[in-house]
Amino acid sequence: MARLAACGLLIFLASIATARAEGLSVTVADPYVEMRTGPGRGFPVFNVVERGASVEVESRRTDWFKVKDVRGREGWVHKDQMKETLVPAGVKMPIDDPAREDFGAHRREVGLLLGDYGGASVVTVYGAWAFNEHLAAEVAASHILGDFSDGQYLTIGLTHVPVPEWRIQPFLSIGTGVIRIQPDGTLVGTPERTDQVAYAGVGVRAYLARRFIVRGEYKEYVVFTDRDENEEDIEWKIGFAFFF
Amino acid sequence: MENRIRILLLSLAVLATGCSHMPWRKDKAEAEPPPPPEGGSTPVVIEPQVERREVKPARIDTENWEAGAYIGSLSVEDFEVNMVYGARLAYHISEDFFAEAIAGTSDAGLSSFERLSGGAPLLTDSERQFTYYSLGFGWNALPGEIFLGGKHAYNSAVYLTLGAGGTRFAGDDHFTLTAGAGARVLLKDWLAVHLDMRDHVMEIDVLGSNKTSHNYEASLGVTAFF
Repeated sequence: MARLAACGLLIFLASIATARAEGLSVTVADPYVEMRTGPGRGFPVFNVVERGASVEVESRRTDWFKVKDVRGREGWVHKDQMKETLVPAGVKMPIDDPAREDFGAHRREVGLLLGDYGGASVVTVYGAWAFNEHLAAEVAASHILGDFSDGQYLTIGLTHVPVPEWRIQPFLSIGTGVIRIQPDGTLVGTPERTDQVAYAGVGVRAYLARRFIVRGEYKEYVVFTDRDENEEDIEWKIGFAFFF
Repeated sequence: MENRIRILLLSLAVLATGCSHMPWRKDKAEAEPPPPPEGGSTPVVIEPQVERREVKPARIDTENWEAGAYIGSLSVEDFEVNMVYGARLAYHISEDFFAEAIAGTSDAGLSSFERLSGGAPLLTDSERQFTYYSLGFGWNALPGEIFLGGKHAYNSAVYLTLGAGGTRFAGDDHFTLTAGAGARVLLKDWLAVHLDMRDHVMEIDVLGSNKTSHNYEASLGVTAFF
């Protein structure tokens, strides 16, 4: 009985393994496609698959698809050639890669910005999610690294893009968050403090290529301190982002 | 004889063509357009039963992410060379460029000043811990293959990286620029071995005055693509 169960389990596992190995099968419609030894334009072509033959698509890395031909040879084919192959439904293989037209209409954006916050260096990672073409919610985590103090701030805000059709898009932003400032270890007597902040800013984001954006922004922060006066800081940052 | 048969066949053919144009032919009447329907609405003659095949972008396993860990040695300027452990996450944007995040930690040793003076240590144990992160980009400058004997070929790349981040050391966070070069060898399509050299550059004032500190790191890592 145990042997039977083991047998069943083996068959089950084998079926999973074969099911996993089965990828999408496409038919070559160009005169031929070239299979390279690696996912890059410099790798040598070691095999060609002629029109009418089918290949199995196993995985994808950047612009390259790993395929297996009927004789079991595995290699990498470029996206431009894969686009011309036919799926079983008889149409060209649909590959939905972001392009210039998608910039502005994209939903998600992740980026890294570097700059200056009130005289100190700042490193920011942000993520944005767009409600529509004009309005997006943005979450940003920043690390301030200064000569006299260090700190972190976490903000949530809204950005508004008036003209999402342009290649270079100005935007406005407002938001709020919390900031924690720790004075440097060598300075004695100044306590660590956590305050609320609010900001308003302007910026520009521009489409570079594929899914890349270059982005620069200027923001004015108000730190709501428990002292008599609120603190005002100026921040500018520049960096890269990609959308998906 | 042959001619006679030919004439007979020809006359039959002429007769048949002529008959097909006669007004009493039934199918002639059928060929006339149907009278316009009353009420002006077009009757549904054929209900089209075409099931359109919906072609969605194929679900292909993309393997652009790379995650792994590394171990190596880090020379903290003035504070000896020590073991460093770290983690690395990369996203391959194109065949040439990738975005990279690294984080690592090491315990710095004693400075020669502390060792020679024999006095009180400059830093506490927790301040002596050197922890860094860096976010940046890499460029696959020299992609290629390496060959092991006559039977094995492995894809590889020599890349350059540049990143910015922070380092916590000596009780403070320091803005850090990290420049590096590395080599990646893919043992399998999903498994890579990395050899990395990095320099973490920061301003530091542990020994009295501000100075630029270079902290060199050499590490060996393993990553998996997913």
